Amino acid sequence: MGRYFKILRIFWSTAIAAELEYRINFAIAAFTSLGGLAGSLFGLFLFYQTGSSFPGWRWEEALIVVGIFTLLEGFSSTFLAPNLNRIVRHVQEGTLDFVLLKPISSQFWLSAHTVSPWGVPDIFFGTATIVYAGIKLGIDPVAYIVSIVPLVFGLAILYSLWFMLGATSIWFVKIYNVTEVLRGLLEAGRFPMAAYPTAYRFFFTFVVPVAFLTTTPAETLLGRSGIAGTIAAGLLAIALLFVAHWFWRFALRFYTSASS
Amino acid sequence: MKRVLRIMKTFATVYYAYMVEYRAELLLWVLSGSLPIILMGVWTQAAQRSDFGLSPVEFARYFLAVFLVRQLTVVWVIWEFEREVLEGKLSFRLLQPIDPVWHHVFSHVSERLARIPFAILLIVLFFVLYPTAIFVPNIATIALFFLAAGLAFALNFLIQYTLAMVAFWTERASSLQEFWFLFYLFLSGAIAPLVVFPQTVRTIALFTPFPYLINFPASILVGLPVNLIQGFLVMLAWCAGFFALNRWLWRRGLKQYSGMGA
Repeated sequence: MGRYFKILRIFWSTAIAAELEYRINFAIAAFTSLGGLAGSLFGLFLFYQTGSSFPGWRWEEALIVVGIFTLLEGFSSTFLAPNLNRIVRHVQEGTLDFVLLKPISSQFWLSAHTVSPWGVPDIFFGTATIVYAGIKLGIDPVAYIVSIVPLVFGLAILYSLWFMLGATSIWFVKIYNVTEVLRGLLEAGRFPMAAYPTAYRFFFTFVVPVAFLTTTPAETLLGRSGIAGTIAAGLLAIALLFVAHWFWRFALRFYTSASS
Repeated sequence: MKRVLRIMKTFATVYYAYMVEYRAELLLWVLSGSLPIILMGVWTQAAQRSDFGLSPVEFARYFLAVFLVRQLTVVWVIWEFEREVLEGKLSFRLLQPIDPVWHHVFSHVSERLARIPFAILLIVLFFVLYPTAIFVPNIATIALFFLAAGLAFALNFLIQYTLAMVAFWTERASSLQEFWFLFYLFLSGAIAPLVVFPQTVRTIALFTPFPYLINFPASILVGLPVNLIQGFLVMLAWCAGFFALNRWLWRRGLKQYSGMGA
């Protein structure tokens, strides 16, 4: 276990050193992130302009969902996208061989090899939005800590789904954009589930569990969902992590190296 | 003239064959444009609760039109161009007796043709699921829609190809595109029809090229009020402006180009 932490530190310090070559990009990323947040707020405002609202969600409460969504976007562009989108290329070019030869778990290597600081502004602005709305609503500080639990479950769900989609490239080599379909669907996390028609809610709970990514943590933070939502998210997260691990081992059996 | 026609035919068939080879990939690209369908759900639901000036069915039709417009006008030239410059592959293209942009134009146009069957399939599926939204625009509307969508594609392509020119000077032109894309997303009418925007934002937006890329063609198709003549003229003006800027940057950029890695 300690070995993995040491490797992780080496992985990430090299990745950050490489990315810091492009410092201007960091300024652009910060601007882009701020613009993205402004756009999200504008998009939400359109629904609240004429005194209308999502049923059961006041403006500040809906803001928390936007904040969590921004936070998740930052998380995925820092940790998930740079690693998991590369699985396809490893399969395509046959470089997965080198990964498999290393004396550590190949899933770990593929999931944690690099980190990209460009998502950090999103994480920052997302957190700022949550805290701003939280202060306006007078949320108890303990609630923040409690809501971290479903948030972590949400991240685990997102990671597992993404990783499994990446792993399918072992069979279908040229489908690097399958993750783009997932990303497109994740956009639904911008709004609380109450904003959607019933059919959409069903789809985003049971088919692509976007509801657990943003709405459940927000409801926990607002102290209204009770423990049931968190438990459901937790069970789903643990199940998906196991499935992802099993799925990867299963997929590897079909791996026939390329170009070597 | 004959030579031009022959070149066009060759390019079109080559790139069409290339696009059709990756059908599964193409279907996934179509599906990744699901944002209008998601927003359709939110808006139809919101319109049932309070008055936004449009009925739920009108919202559904609008977002279906947005989906179609996005399928017809999607552009990715900046990523390809950036790679060509960084890897020095542009050098080979420059040796050919034809402007390299035509490779990109034909790959985009032929991809459109390969993509349309999937998009039509999804639209039919949508009407099966939501029969009250079925509507049949008349021939003139359809013709105007395709004209506007074609022009929107041209403008979108010109803008992105102009941004791509920055690749001659910096290594990551595509991060500029991401910044640009934000404005495109929030001001173009992709997240909501321009009629529900607050008055001031709508006025400001109409001074930018964005609403003409999505809101204008989509509104034509579903019959929302638009100023046709003004819209087309503004689009042509933006096209001309970006074309001039593009050619100027292209000439300056080529002097800068060092053909690294080739």
